[in-house]
Amino acid sequence: MLELQHVSAHYGPIQALAEVDLVVRAGEIVTLIGANGAGKSTLMTTLFGTPRASSGRILLEGEDITALPPHRIARRGMALVPEGRRVFAKMSVYENLLLGATPLDGAHVEENLRRVFSLFPVLETRRAQRAGTLSGGEQQMLAIGRALMSEPRLLLLDEPSLGLAPLVIRTIFRTIVALNREHGLTILLVEQNARQALKIAHRGYVLQNGRIVLEGSGAALLADPQVRAAYLDAAS
Amino acid sequence: MTAAALAAPSPLALRLRDALAVTLLGGLLALPFIGLVTVEEGGALAVRTRWSAWAMTLAAIFFGRLALRAALDAWHTRRPARKRAAFSSTDAVLRRAAGTSLLAAALLLPVFFGDNRYVIDTATTLGIYVMLGWGLNVVVGLAGLLDLGYVAFYAVGAYTYALLSTQFGWSFWEALPAAGALAALFGILLGYPVLRLRGDYLAIVTLGFGEIIRVVLLNWTSFSGGPNGIGGIPRPSFFGLPFARSAEGQTFHEFFGLEFSPMHRLIFLYYLIVTLALLTHALVSRLRVLPTGRAWEALREDEIACKSLGINTTTVKLSAFATGAMLAGFAGVFFAARQGFISPESFTFAESATILAIVVLGGMGSQLGVVLAAAVLVVLPEVGRQFADYRMLVFGAAMVTIMAVRPMGLLARREPTVRLNPARSSAP
Ligand SMILES: Nc1ncnc2c1ncn2[C@@H]1O[C@H](COP(=O)(O)OP(=O)(O)O)[C@@H](O)[C@H]1O
Ligand SMILES: [Mg+2]
Repeated sequence: MLELQHVSAHYGPIQALAEVDLVVRAGEIVTLIGANGAGKSTLMTTLFGTPRASSGRILLEGEDITALPPHRIARRGMALVPEGRRVFAKMSVYENLLLGATPLDGAHVEENLRRVFSLFPVLETRRAQRAGTLSGGEQQMLAIGRALMSEPRLLLLDEPSLGLAPLVIRTIFRTIVALNREHGLTILLVEQNARQALKIAHRGYVLQNGRIVLEGSGAALLADPQVRAAYLDAAS
Repeated sequence: MTAAALAAPSPLALRLRDALAVTLLGGLLALPFIGLVTVEEGGALAVRTRWSAWAMTLAAIFFGRLALRAALDAWHTRRPARKRAAFSSTDAVLRRAAGTSLLAAALLLPVFFGDNRYVIDTATTLGIYVMLGWGLNVVVGLAGLLDLGYVAFYAVGAYTYALLSTQFGWSFWEALPAAGALAALFGILLGYPVLRLRGDYLAIVTLGFGEIIRVVLLNWTSFSGGPNGIGGIPRPSFFGLPFARSAEGQTFHEFFGLEFSPMHRLIFLYYLIVTLALLTHALVSRLRVLPTGRAWEALREDEIACKSLGINTTTVKLSAFATGAMLAGFAGVFFAARQGFISPESFTFAESATILAIVVLGGMGSQLGVVLAAAVLVVLPEVGRQFADYRMLVFGAAMVTIMAVRPMGLLARREPTVRLNPARSSAP
């Protein structure tokens, strides 16, 4: 579904991604783990063209999207839930969701709203409320719901558990699994919370200083002594 | 008691420190202005010091600041910041009531003050500023793009009408769409180079753009008449009937069998700007509930999130600049038609600053707030005229008071663009 071939990306002179090769197949949950500053968020936003890949190719469902402008990429069935949620704080929950439907130019809004509300009933009760006044967990649900409004086939999640209480994190992870199993969504999940991410992922990649240093099935990475030492023991 | 609580300075200490800091700054500023004075001594200028006056100023600043701080703190504790989560419906009702009464007042004004030239003139000026405020509100309040050169588009509109009418005989209504389109084009022209700029940088470039337009108008004498401006701009007529004592064809007062009065034209101009302003309001309100307007606000809230949602930030920004510029262009046409004479002097940075002040004081993005702020900024200097020398002082004090008491603007609360019907929420 998604394929990165030797993708590099830079912020000015700083190299943030170095020759990254990564594949996400249809129906999979793939997780990308790595320390702070490893380049995980950069990888996500590079898929949307900011920063642009300085070399390499990005293929989405076999088509080259490396040079497409961001608003075109979002129309190809890929949606990003950005790091830190980034809901439109002064706008209502409802308006946030409507904005998520932009790539469809307002098509199927009613159905998609209904789907999002059935997934996150709390959003329906809060739909007239300012997004900025929601709790962290609710904001994360809104950010995910907003992304789902564009009917993506591939959902990118950047640290959805960031700053949330353990109980809320569990709900979010359950939702991610449900989206994958029941709704057939392919998911690329970036997490610092490596243990939980690897548990639900089919496969995983480990990013270090902009390079993929390890890849394997979720279970294999969980058992890997290197991964355990670097990302699991300290974190748990 | 914890160590942290012990270490925290008391409110009194904080206030004293604050007052000292302000006094220090004020003292520095007052040193040349008050502490030093030039006197004529044997035909030459000499500088004398006035330490006692300076010391009194310092004392006044210190105690004044203490009192102000105390008053403000008392005000804020008495009315704790209400953090209501949901959009309140009483708010909406109040707004609608206020809007309706303002509209009624605007429509009825000439009925009560029809023979008062001063009132009608001031109200017309107010109308222009309301329209400009609503236009700039699109750019600054909704899209969050700080534009310090807004007056440039106002100038484009005014000069378009002035030139088209004096050189090519276009009528007001013919020139209006042309001027709006041209101003919008200039908006896009400005928008392109600043697409990647934000905040301070954007402010500087737009400021420069406003000055460029003014300087070009000032110096391109063969085109714009330079500093002499353009005179003899035709006044709008009432569907072809001129407001004159006598004319070749029929005049307004002859047609309606009225006695000639110069007030007819002024009242007509007043209703014209009210109409234009209402059209502006209708357009902006409509756009706000369409995806275009929603995208403007999303852009103001978070540009990165916009990009990840597939919103084309380029077109969103350009459409905001173009819409705002077009509305200023319309206002400019009206201005030229009303004055009959325009020159670059009417389009200085001070004008941009006033319009921006209206938007900021009104509470960015609030349509009703713009009206209230425009009223404050237009009417207050008029009222202040009685105080002659203290006029600008009163004006400044009022601005400072508003920003101190309502730092987010007169009406900071944003109205939702989508009203939800609670009765429908249980339906599938
Ligand atoms: N906008 C930016 N400008 C410059 N450097 C950046 C920017 N964003 C991230 N970086 C740098 O790129 C590297 C990767 O950052 P990021 O992708 O945010 O890592 P992660 O998401 O894994 O924590 C870091 O060294 C960071 O400092
Ligand atoms: Mg990150």
